[in-house]
Order: sequence, then structure tokens, then C-alpha cells
Amino acid sequence: MELSKIQFGYRRHGDQDRTGTDMAEHPVVVVGAGPVGLSFAIDLAQRGQPVVLLDDADRIGEGSRAICFSKRSLEYWDRLGIGQRMVDKGVVWSVGKIFHGASQLYQFNLLPEEGHKRPAFINLQQFHAEAYLVDRVRELPAIDLRWRNKVTGLEQRNDLVVLTIDTPDGPYRIRANYVVACDGARSSLRQMVGAEFAGKVFEDQFLIADVKMTAEFPTERWFWFDPPFHAGRSALLHKQPDDIWRIDLQLHPDADPAVEKRPENVRPRIARMLGHENFDFEWISLYKFQCRRMDKFIHGRVIFAGDAAHQVSPFGARGANSGLEDAENLAWKLDRVLKKLSPEALLESYHAERSAAADENIRESTRSTDFIAPGSRQEARLRKVVLSLAEETEFGKRMVNAGRLSVPSIYNSPLSTADCDVWRGGPRPGTSMPDAPIAAPAGGPAFLTDAFIKAGTRFTLLEFTNGVAVDPPDGIGVIRIGGNDGFSDSAGLARARYDAEPGTAYLLRPDGYVAARFRHPTRSALDAALARAARIN
Amino acid sequence: MALSTSSNFAKPDDAFRAIVEAHRGLSDAQSSDLDAALVLILANHIGDLGVLREAIALAQRRMVDAGQQQQQQQQQ
Repeated sequence: MELSKIQFGYRRHGDQDRTGTDMAEHPVVVVGAGPVGLSFAIDLAQRGQPVVLLDDADRIGEGSRAICFSKRSLEYWDRLGIGQRMVDKGVVWSVGKIFHGASQLYQFNLLPEEGHKRPAFINLQQFHAEAYLVDRVRELPAIDLRWRNKVTGLEQRNDLVVLTIDTPDGPYRIRANYVVACDGARSSLRQMVGAEFAGKVFEDQFLIADVKMTAEFPTERWFWFDPPFHAGRSALLHKQPDDIWRIDLQLHPDADPAVEKRPENVRPRIARMLGHENFDFEWISLYKFQCRRMDKFIHGRVIFAGDAAHQVSPFGARGANSGLEDAENLAWKLDRVLKKLSPEALLESYHAERSAAADENIRESTRSTDFIAPGSRQEARLRKVVLSLAEETEFGKRMVNAGRLSVPSIYNSPLSTADCDVWRGGPRPGTSMPDAPIAAPAGGPAFLTDAFIKAGTRFTLLEFTNGVAVDPPDGIGVIRIGGNDGFSDSAGLARARYDAEPGTAYLLRPDGYVAARFRHPTRSALDAALARAARIN
Repeated sequence: MALSTSSNFAKPDDAFRAIVEAHRGLSDAQSSDLDAALVLILANHIGDLGVLREAIALAQRRMVDAGQQQQQQQQQ
């Protein structure tokens, strides 16, 4: 079994020779170089912030772990300059099939329409994603990535945090204006701030086996209830790059993990499923899970993101993807606060928006888990009936819950300006911007998400021109659809997806969420919406 | 829309009878399966979460009543 692929060297840093009043001070220290910490550091660095990124290991994590990355995550990684690399390597998919016993119950398509730059999902081993993120970090001199730097102490002062960090050369201390903790489900920083992390514990055990084989299964998510090869339980099959297949088997709650994990015990289970033995194991893991979150994502100057702040069951791909949504939500806010463009109060909206999103993810993934592993005889009965009704009714099919896959939350946010015009569709304030195909005046196909990046990944006015250009506030980007100098929307999809009429304008936040929208914007209305979204009062 | 608790069938006895007859000859487990299926089918037909919640609350009050009656009987 080939496990971790990439190792990094520890290097002594000048900060380690500085003590007492000479102790180094940094605006932002990010703890944890997983997908969330790496993405967050890249985002901040691209916004011009120097970032110290600490990780206690010296290698990329072992095993495939997270494999499903959502459209929203890919759009975020596009902004970080690595979306294409992820998609080129990843396995693109949008169709899921649900089986009951030996027969297919139904299939769903997560992105049934054309005209989006990115697919519904790619499957990509977490270690590939992390390796590409580390490559991107190396292109950004503003990021100081320190391996084998383990935070062992945290002391909150008035307007800064003092961290004690252990290294192979012994401990040292640094000051940080803000610490962003992306140190995972077993976050040590969470313990250091004394935060509770309680929630629902699930007793069922699941076995993950990543196997290497050549197979002709389509690139779809296949889920079985009570399959013939694994009676009475559930199973999942999913393709990854490099001829690796993710197989997830539900085990009995009382199964002995040490016994079940042995390859000689896993092999017959997989062979029964595949009908042959022509496979090798890449990674085997047995897991139980909890659904829980921190009460507060912000503790003084320490801000939590990703699994450190919230944990969900794996059904629905809501772990890594929601962590990346945390990163994109926090990065622009912290950048504005550090630049003193917005007051510290802007950060409170990070907790408000992302804790509500965490609640939604926990609710959705808990429901999926309860359906996959019913907790009582009556729950099992209701599930049996739903599966049976699904064979002949549409409503039954839609009640079958084998994981509701990650979609970005809609924020009921203090940063949003309530609609005052009449809308029949389009993204309401608090919604992430839908993509659409457009073409630049000079020709060449493009997408709205590309235009957003080109406009500077900042507050941006998306205008559907009526010939009279609005005078935009200083420092904001502009995307103009229509007119002589604007993008063309020949398929009309941008207009349709934004319910646009001539004159319609959307104010987009730097994370690509809608802050406000107007049928006929005025400068004063735009100024007010901008002030609200940036918490400038 | 609110849950309707007025009598909606022209012949309520026919409706009650239809349900009773559906359960004839079934074991308790089979009856429970049938009830579960009926609940889901009818809930979907109603298609209104507010009405469903009201119906659940009304049904749950039967459980409370039954519990209280049992308690009273035990006290006697």
C-alpha cells in the first residue's frame, strides 16, 4: 500500500531566535495546512496579506479522505488559481444512481443544465488537492509555510495572541493579530480556548476501502440499500483518478474495528461486491462519526474554520466543501479588517453566516445518516416503506435519502440589503452567484465566474446595461453585460439566471455572494448597500 | 391552510371501514407496514408541512391522553 506521497522539510526560521520584547509579530497566523488552511492562506495572500501558515506534520495527510469537491469549491479554487489543475486531474461527475437490492430505484443529475464553467462535482483524492494547493502556496512569497511547527500554547492578550510553537529545534513564541484555526476535527486550538464541541454521536460503523482496479463502471455515484453482496446494509461506489475506486460499506455497530480493518477480512467483502478479486488495496479505514459544531466560531482573536469548527457525517460531501466555504467567507472580511477598511464587527458576520451554514449541513447530513442507518424499528419500517414506494411513485423516489450533496447555503445575513423591487427569479441577496456563459467584446468564450475574477474578486457591480451606465462607487469592480463595450449574452442565460431586465444590477461581495440587487440602481442605493455589506456605518 | 377536523367524508363509516378491512388478516408487523405506507402516501397527497405538523400534534395528543388514562387507572 502506497500511502503518503509527498514529504516536506522542516526549516529553521529567524523567528525562532527572537524572544521577549523582540518576539516576532504577524498579522495572521493560520494553523493547519489542510485544504481549508491552505486555501485560506492563498486567498489572503492574493489579497496582499502576509500569512504565516503552521502545520505540525511534515507531509500531506495519508489516505484519500475527502474525495468529492463541489462546483462551489471549484469556483473558489478558480479564484485561487488552481481550479483548472484540480478539474484536469479529477473525475468529473454529476449523476448519482440509487439501488435497492439488485435493481436500480432511480437516478439524479446534480447539474442538468448547460452553461456552467464547472461541473457539479469532481472526485479527487484529498492528497492531490493538498499537493496542488501547496504548489500554489510556493508561488506566493507572502505565505510563510512552516512544517513541523506544532502550536502547544495560546495566550489571548487585548489585541493579539501569543502562540507557543514546538519544533524539532525546541519551542519558540510569536505574536499574531489574528489566529485562524484550521487544525481539523481534533483541533488542539479548540481545546486551548476551552470551547465545547458537543453533538450527536452515531454508533454505526463504516468501512472505507480505496481499491485499485481497472473497471468499466461509469463515473457516477452509486449507492445501494440492502445490496445482494452486502445484505441488510448499505454500500457506496465512486470513482477517483488513477484507477482508484472508493468503496464505502456500512458495518454492524458492534463490529470490531481492529478485526474488520484487516485486509484479509476486507478482501472477501469487496470481492463479493465486485464479483472478482482483481484489485489491490490503496487505503482502508474504519470510521464512526459525529455531527457537532462549536457554539462560537470566534474566540477573541482566534477564529475557527473547517472541521475544527464543525463536523458532519460524510454523506453529502459537506465536510471539506463547507470548510472551503468558511475560508472564502472569512478571507475577504479579515483582509478588510486588517486594512482598516471595515471595523472588526464585519468578522461577526462570519460567525453568523457560517454557523447557520454549519447547522444546515449538520441537519442535512444527520437526516441522510438516519435514513442510511435507521435508529429504531419504526424508523427502519418507514425507510423500508419509502424504498418500496420509490419503485412506483415519484414522491417515494424523492424521499429516499442516500446523501443530499453539498450546495452553498443561502445566508440570511446582516450584510444583505433586502429586495425592494419585484423579482420573479434570480439569486436573492445572500445567495452565491450562479454562473452563465458570456463572451468578451473581443470575442472568445468566457463565463461569468471568469469575469468576476477578472474584475478583481472584490465588491463588483454586475450590470445588465440599458445604455445608461451607473456611476459605480470607487474601488469596486464592474461586469457589464450588453451594450457596445459589455460582454455579450447570446444564449440569454445570464439574463435568465439573474431575472435581468435592461438596467438590472447586482452588487456582488468579494466571495461572489449577492449583497444587493436593483431593477434601477441609483448611486445612493449602491453606496448604502456597499456600506451595509462592508459594515461601514 | 389549517388542518381540517370537520367531517369531510359523506359517509365516514365507509372510510373507517375501508381502513379496517385493509388490515384484516394482517399480522401486527404487516399492519404497521401498511400504516407506515398509508401515512407517507397521504402525507404526500396533503403536501403541506404545516397541516402535516398539526396532524402529528393531534395524533400525539392521543398518546398523551392514553398515557394519562393508564396512569389514572394505575392510581385507582
